[in-house]
Amino acid sequence: MRGQEARDQAERKAVMATLAQSTGDDIARLWNEAGLPSEAELLRGPETGLVTVRGRIGGGGAPFNVGEATVTRATVRLASGQVGHCYAMGRDKQKAKLAAIADALWQDPTRRNEVETKLIAPLQAALAIARERRRAETAATKVDFFTMVRGED
Amino acid sequence: MYVAVKGGEAAIANAHALLADRRRGDRSVPALRLDQIVEQLALGVDRVMSEGSLYDRELAALAIVQARGDMIEAIFLVRAYRTTLPRFGYTRAIDTGAMLVERRVSATYKDLPGGQLLGPTFDYTHRLLDPELAAGGDVAEPLQRASEAETMPRVSAILAREGLIEPDGDMPQDHVPGDITREPLEFPMARDIRLQALSRGDEGFLLALGYSTQRGYARNHPFVGEVRIGEVELELDVPELPFAVPLGSVRVTECQMVNQFKGSAKAPPQFTRGYGLVFGQSERKAMAMALCDRALRATEFGEDVVAAAQDEEFVISHSDNVQATGFVEHLKLPHYVDFQAELDLVRRMRAEHDARENADMLEEKKEAAE
Repeated sequence: MRGQEARDQAERKAVMATLAQSTGDDIARLWNEAGLPSEAELLRGPETGLVTVRGRIGGGGAPFNVGEATVTRATVRLASGQVGHCYAMGRDKQKAKLAAIADALWQDPTRRNEVETKLIAPLQAALAIARERRRAETAATKVDFFTMVRGED
Repeated sequence: MYVAVKGGEAAIANAHALLADRRRGDRSVPALRLDQIVEQLALGVDRVMSEGSLYDRELAALAIVQARGDMIEAIFLVRAYRTTLPRFGYTRAIDTGAMLVERRVSATYKDLPGGQLLGPTFDYTHRLLDPELAAGGDVAEPLQRASEAETMPRVSAILAREGLIEPDGDMPQDHVPGDITREPLEFPMARDIRLQALSRGDEGFLLALGYSTQRGYARNHPFVGEVRIGEVELELDVPELPFAVPLGSVRVTECQMVNQFKGSAKAPPQFTRGYGLVFGQSERKAMAMALCDRALRATEFGEDVVAAAQDEEFVISHSDNVQATGFVEHLKLPHYVDFQAELDLVRRMRAEHDARENADMLEEKKEAAE
């Protein structure tokens, strides 16, 4: 794979990860504020189904099935031809549809910057703050061991 | 001849209406919202997700309300719901080493990379009921501490460097992970299938079995190498994309139980392991699962199978509380015909028994008279 193609795929995956992690409400709010177009032809879904979550024996050994999770997916096509996909945990169909449109818009070179700055960047910032806060709250419960010298000498 | 007896439709409909009324309870008390259950009864929601084997907080909360707080009924509802959905595939295996850790403790190492993080734990509380909670007062925001993002290697990796612990469980290269939701149980089973069954198993049942191993029934000297709770990301390979698509995160609890092992003809003395991994925050369940996993590996290590916790068929066949409740509770459904047949049989046996006794008595009297 050429370098540019690999970078594009990594960026697109990061965009999809941000959309999957964000709430449908946050996506819809930013979508409306940015005035992004929500017209697209639905090729599939939105539909809810299951994925089977896999873990590894001992943490890093052979895979095994832990249980299932709900996932909602959608596929859309823009009038300009780009096809966008979304797979996201949960049952929020509106979110899946918007996220699929966002994925399609992101692939349109004339739209990418708008999607990045008005939708993805604010979502990423909110996720980063929530993540950092969670980490800091956990860090406050870290045990600081100390030793005490008892008796003389 | 078989004559079907019908009836009860009106009684059933009225009973369900009564159930709906009692579920709602006093109408002057506000109805519960699902977000209240998700936020404030989070560990109950986690249990329903774990044993219902379906990760979806709102659905688990709905099941809890619908079941009036009866957890096994709620788990049953979730299991029934999941059969109505299409399946999109199997995720890539989660990486618990890359977890956004919310709690992580080790009973084997005091100072380990990443440290001991207590997180939101009941440990070290005094277990005194708190009247302030009943009054519904405000709760302070938790403290925060700035810290560098540290990597938190699994404790098993630390012991592995010295070669004193068995590696993570491997399977043959071409082994496809079994799936008990697709294939019927067969014994003996591979460890991956056993772990799937244990992960959705009843917490109380696994807890009791784990406890039994500590009390001497299949004693195996456990230490909690590590318990960690936090979120891990899910990814799914799909044909329409050239990369694994990120789905979001799930919260899981992982337990690495470390057990003493004196060695055998095949293996040198080393620590062996039991593994627990469950949906949500549930370290009791993850620890019980790890104890059972290790006990069930008895034959692998040439240990004598002497206790219930080591008996694979016993443990796995009875660990599923939906199956268990189905079979136990079916006993209350009408068995009129079965019972009539048994009643008939017992009457006949009793008549034969009485006839034999009378004959014996006559015989004795006759002998006495002679």
